[in-house]
Amino acid sequence: MPENTAHPESPHIEFRDVVKRFGDNTVLNDLNFTVSKGERVTLIGPSGSGKTTILRLVMTLEELTGGYIHVGGEPLQYDEKGGKRLRVDDKQRRRTTTQIGMVFQHFNLFPNMSVLENIIEAPVHVMGLSKAEAVTKAEGLLEKVGMGEKRDFNPSQLSGGQQQRVAIARALAMDPEILLLDEVTSALDPELVGEVLGVLKDIAAETDISMLIVTHEMQFAKEVSDRVMMFDQGSIVEEGKPDLIFSEPENQRTRDFLRAVL
Amino acid sequence: MNPSWWDWDHAFAVFPLLLEGFKITLLATVLGTLIAVVLGLVVAIIRRIAPGIIRTPVTWVVEFIRMTPLVVQLVFANLVLSPYIDSTLAIGIWVLGIHYTTYMAEVYRAGIDSVAKGQWEAATALSLPQSRTWRAVVIPQAIRNTLPALGNYAISMFKETPFFVVIYIPEMVRVAQTYGGDTFRYTESITLAGLIFLAASYPTSLLIRRLEKKLA
Repeated sequence: MPENTAHPESPHIEFRDVVKRFGDNTVLNDLNFTVSKGERVTLIGPSGSGKTTILRLVMTLEELTGGYIHVGGEPLQYDEKGGKRLRVDDKQRRRTTTQIGMVFQHFNLFPNMSVLENIIEAPVHVMGLSKAEAVTKAEGLLEKVGMGEKRDFNPSQLSGGQQQRVAIARALAMDPEILLLDEVTSALDPELVGEVLGVLKDIAAETDISMLIVTHEMQFAKEVSDRVMMFDQGSIVEEGKPDLIFSEPENQRTRDFLRAVL
Repeated sequence: MNPSWWDWDHAFAVFPLLLEGFKITLLATVLGTLIAVVLGLVVAIIRRIAPGIIRTPVTWVVEFIRMTPLVVQLVFANLVLSPYIDSTLAIGIWVLGIHYTTYMAEVYRAGIDSVAKGQWEAATALSLPQSRTWRAVVIPQAIRNTLPALGNYAISMFKETPFFVVIYIPEMVRVAQTYGGDTFRYTESITLAGLIFLAASYPTSLLIRRLEKKLA
């Protein structure tokens, strides 16, 4: 378990009264939920229901409109002090986000760097590892995702599935306590989905990293999740253990959604 | 066969002098490009991230330089600076370099804008500090996209060095004019100067076109 967390008893991620608007469009309206340490939570629901926005808020890629998010008990974007809502400064935000890793739908590897350079970039320049340490670590991670042979390749020389496995290794190189998976197989050709999900299942089995997952791969969600949350129009309409949600959903909208995707 | 408007003796006599002048033309182009490449990036970054109190005056100066002719800037800078700076050539090179800085800044801006949003997001997801994101992720990708434009501006700078005549820098065209003034034979010197320009810029532009294709 992570030792640098200030409040070990608090939830790993906490959304409190979270509001997110893009212009006039309210994407999340007064959202409250928590994720415990080591818990794997999958967000499902129709597109536009705000699932990806939740992940992006945790990664500080979007600015909160209202409410608070706490990570490991620490305020992430805004803090409440003396009844006032204060912006957490960038340095403090970065201190919190170093514990969070994210894998994107479109991989977002740096095309001007080799596979290895992609992976050691943050360990060297954020965690302060020596280059030799970072390389040793990166090689171990590349082995783990089955990309050991490709360390000196350029991302453009790899298939989508291979790029995504490198992106997973890159996120893991920061020893994240929280991993955000944003539709990580949606941009892949169908025959490449399996290799990526296989790697993620291994990671889920071998680590106790907390995970927030947005995916359309329901079988995968069923296998790795401790809890599934069904979203519609920015709020949770139903949540529970995956076997329950997938086999006997109570909510009509969940039923409709599952019938459409399964 | 020696028509009255062309005299090979004069052509041969002026050619080595022109090559001397060409050295200055080339020096001005290389140093001017260097100035534009470095300062252009600085200006582009300032215009992107600096607070308004710095950004606004920089924007004004950039617009002012872009909206006034190079010749006017050369004469003006020479008048103002010659009491302090001995070398007219140095003044000319700085004016040329700074003039093109404003164009290069625009090119870099487009290059920076062309870096995919996902790249910034990946950098944030890795908690890279802003400075490192610029240096390791954004600038290398932006510069790659700007190389062809940079080459084209280098050529156009090269072709604008003759404006140096207005402040009497002995670059190639000034040499040609002087020769003409001394001998009353302008045709040979100016024609040869033009051909030397062509011989230098045409292969360069072909090279840039190949680079463009390779990067596309």
